[in-house]
Amino acid sequence: MTVTEDPASPEQHTGDDTTAADSAAAASEMAAAGAGSTDTTPATDFGPEPEDDGSGQLHLLPRRSAVLRMSEVRAAAMIDGPPIGGENDQTMLVNMGPVHPSTHGVLRLMLELDGETVLRSKPIIGYLHTGMEKTAESLTFLQGPTNVTRMDYASPFFNELVFSMATEQLLGLEVPPRAVWIRMLMCELNRISSHLLSMATGGMDIGAVSMMIYGWREREVVLRFFQKVTGLRMNHNYIRPGGVAADLPDGWRRDVLDLMDLLPPRLEEYDILMTGQPIWRDRLQGVGVISQAEAIALSATGPILRSTGISWDLRRDMPYLAYDEVDFDVLVGSYGDAFDRYAIRLNEIRESIRIVRQIVERMPSGDYRSPDTKVTPPPRARIDESMEALIHHFKIFTEGFKVPEGEVYVAVESPRGELGCYLVSDGGPKPYRMHIRGPSFVNLQTMPHMMSEGFLADAVAVIASVDPVLGEVDR
Amino acid sequence: MTDAATESDTEAPEPEPEVSKDLAYGALVSWSRGQRVIHPSREDWLATAKTLLADGWNMCVDVTGVDYLSYNAERDLPPGIEPERFEVVATFVSHSRRERLRARAQVPESDPSIESLYVVYPGTDFLEREVYDLMGIAFVGHPDLSRILMPETWEGHPLRKDFGIGAIPVQFKAPSANTHR
Repeated sequence: MTVTEDPASPEQHTGDDTTAADSAAAASEMAAAGAGSTDTTPATDFGPEPEDDGSGQLHLLPRRSAVLRMSEVRAAAMIDGPPIGGENDQTMLVNMGPVHPSTHGVLRLMLELDGETVLRSKPIIGYLHTGMEKTAESLTFLQGPTNVTRMDYASPFFNELVFSMATEQLLGLEVPPRAVWIRMLMCELNRISSHLLSMATGGMDIGAVSMMIYGWREREVVLRFFQKVTGLRMNHNYIRPGGVAADLPDGWRRDVLDLMDLLPPRLEEYDILMTGQPIWRDRLQGVGVISQAEAIALSATGPILRSTGISWDLRRDMPYLAYDEVDFDVLVGSYGDAFDRYAIRLNEIRESIRIVRQIVERMPSGDYRSPDTKVTPPPRARIDESMEALIHHFKIFTEGFKVPEGEVYVAVESPRGELGCYLVSDGGPKPYRMHIRGPSFVNLQTMPHMMSEGFLADAVAVIASVDPVLGEVDR
Repeated sequence: MTDAATESDTEAPEPEPEVSKDLAYGALVSWSRGQRVIHPSREDWLATAKTLLADGWNMCVDVTGVDYLSYNAERDLPPGIEPERFEVVATFVSHSRRERLRARAQVPESDPSIESLYVVYPGTDFLEREVYDLMGIAFVGHPDLSRILMPETWEGHPLRKDFGIGAIPVQFKAPSANTHR
């Protein structure tokens, strides 16, 4: 089956180039009108690049001149002006996105091209910015997960988890073991679905369109389990401060084990379709290379950091939940290229399957949420017989529970890297300030470095391999 | 966990006391829910970052800001730190020691600016732009201090506490005679 799909790939490959050429042609109008950027006077609108005295990490970024420092206003104004680099200036400024099939949502890139080679680039973001951190300040701690779950919509459980863990740390609240293991189960399944999605969209970007179908198909099976547990495919609001919203449904073990039996053969198919396939390898190997030093200096986390060979995974290195009680391996690459990042994601699915099997085996019994009545709404049956339960129920849903003052930073390993939540409470029922450190947001900084001196078509592969979720980038 | 991380001349801080008078990296130390926080002054912000990097805190994972304008509780600052309206908070990670450290600097309302960490930790580029954009704190020495999430022409800084949440009137919801009847 996969063999017959292979010929589709080169076709699609050329298709990609056409797209690039099209957008280049569209922008060449702009270039013809004088948008040619400069190579003599670096176009930085914001003052000079700071002096590097070698005491910091700046010298670890040899390609930092590949970061285009140009404001959108200036870029737009250049349409009418003469080429800065003189009449012979062949470079052009091309706009890619925000509406472009390969930009994973609404990422916009300002690219300075010389022919088909990317010289400098700048990610322009904010198209999905809805002020979710501001919104969080007007929602109670119990309502908070409904808000944060919409940030990284490909891995909503992690957002809920990090917010709930931060709240619990401020409260000093212990979560019952069953809730901890349910959280782990859902997060690992979510890691699988997120990586499947990443491979589906990544495959489509590079031309393996059949992977797009396969990835979405397998992800759908995982989401169907989520729907069974939480009622929703996405934006679950399932992990809440104090535990989880509901216990696992009857028959969950069978469902999960069926899923775990279904996936490995499918992963083998992906291996045939992509891993060993020459076109796939040619498109990814040696593309978007980033060094260890660069990855660290740019605060990259997740598969990007690990692809350079740095073994850093918060699940193992700063264990939370019960990750110190399960066996799994942290996967690292050796070249820091797009292929390593693809391979890490593919094999992290296998590791997650390993973890999920252990969770199914060892799932403790007991309560799925904290017995603390100040935080957890009482069971429905109690409300009929206890006035206190009714009052608690009413207070929790109208006013919310009060969280002692203080500030805390909690981080978890999301499929994209370190997902952090900085939470400040002033003793009230709503967060005084909630900040999410989105891994996609920080990882975007690596793009200009990876794209520099590469082809425009490779820039697409770089975007796919960084796997940004723009909902989380813009928040 | 604290032994290697302390290069001050006083003894290493113990995790127990809520507010310790100990110094780390020349800054006062406090503990927040078991997490170590240092409080460098605004003037020492960049110098402290250089010391941190030299001591093995090899990644700055997060920079954010807090506006304490309407904070209803007592600020949890160690004695000797004068509270100001704004606070810039940075989180550092040491991969070798597997530890985290948070630094909080007070930034006054009259001059909302602080040194940029870009030269020491270039990964703070976007993070500092975000704080500048949403909180209105200028990072001196940043190579591209421009708005990142809001439109370039936006006025005001949305995450400040005196910036209202606001509302946009929705076109098709004007009350008619029959509404709520």
